[in-house]
Amino acid sequence: MEISPFVIFFASIFTSNVLLTNFLGMCSYLSISRDLKSSLGLGQAVIFVMTATTVLNYLVYHYILVPYELEYLMYIVFIIVIAAFVQLVEMVLERFLPNLYYTLGIFLPLITVNCAILGVALFMVIREYNLLQSLAYGAGGGIGWTLAILALAGIRQKVDETRLPKGLQGAGFAMIVTGIMALAFIGFSGIISIS
Amino acid sequence: MASSNYREIAKQTLWTDNPVIRQILGICSALAVTNLVSNTLVMGIGVSLVTGFSSLTVSALRKIMPTRVRMMAQTLIIAFYVILVDIVLRAFYPDMSKALGPYVGLIITNCIIMGRCEAFAQMNKPLISFYDGFMSGMGYTLVLTAIAIVRELMGFGTILGFPILGDWWTPWTIMVMAPSAFFVLASIIWIAHSITAKKSAASDQTINKGVQASGN
Repeated sequence: MEISPFVIFFASIFTSNVLLTNFLGMCSYLSISRDLKSSLGLGQAVIFVMTATTVLNYLVYHYILVPYELEYLMYIVFIIVIAAFVQLVEMVLERFLPNLYYTLGIFLPLITVNCAILGVALFMVIREYNLLQSLAYGAGGGIGWTLAILALAGIRQKVDETRLPKGLQGAGFAMIVTGIMALAFIGFSGIISIS
Repeated sequence: MASSNYREIAKQTLWTDNPVIRQILGICSALAVTNLVSNTLVMGIGVSLVTGFSSLTVSALRKIMPTRVRMMAQTLIIAFYVILVDIVLRAFYPDMSKALGPYVGLIITNCIIMGRCEAFAQMNKPLISFYDGFMSGMGYTLVLTAIAIVRELMGFGTILGFPILGDWWTPWTIMVMAPSAFFVLASIIWIAHSITAKKSAASDQTINKGVQASGN
């Protein structure tokens, strides 16, 4: 069944949020979400890299790996494509847009090891999306991830001033907030669904 | 000397420096595969083997590896072992491979493996690196199994597919869904941190007492 790219775009932001339902990109999500500004910076970088690498990986998979029957190399090739793309973006930004480089630069190397980027590429292959669907999924996934990290950063800034039980400080608390957020996002699931 | 070293590593990776609850690494797959105990065990064995063999390889190559390309080389080594795990799963356990979906591939970006390669295998002998990596994977498996037991028992009333709780139990649908994974892991982290906080407080007190006694 063909799902419209628009449906995929909105579904990957709300109902099938890569972070809240597929648990992708948790590591940087937990460690960067201490303040809003760096969350936003990382979020922008993730949206950009995720959209671009999903499309790139789609092209590489369908025009290079499938014709030569090299699908089993998928993991290695995807991770190389992502690492090379991030490196390239870093160099281009440094050369031509130094201002943007200083705001996003520190976040770019982090993205290579962000499992959300690789995860979205793997989901794209498993769900057999076409090019437009992959583009929508990559962009929606990035925006959904950014939405989640911004929400958590906002909540954490407020909660930092309150007293928590000792064992719950830090990661434990962030995890419970994320769980409640995931519950709230389940509320969207009546609207659209792609599974 | 050597045996105490091994015991020390086991203690650190399984409890005092457990990768999941202390260092908060490898959370993605920890949450995603824990809805069934069987999925969790397969994933845990996979991660342990990949971590062990990656550490072994990185450690064996540590003297000839140029530092500049170290990260990239480590990623490729890890990806190589993940592909092996993936092929074995697909060939012998196709159902399991389907249930785990992309999370087998995502072992590559599991920070535990890279972390062990960087922190331990880089400066230790191959055999003990393998042990360290494998035990880190076991620490990860331990926490995941605990989460999975809670989730499967409350979500389906079963463990490993065997009915445990009987007909009177009303399954909690929430335990099968995503949010519960966050709640259960958060509770486990909370419990573990509280235990250590209590212990360190107790040992602080004894030290203080000792200081006072010697002062007197």
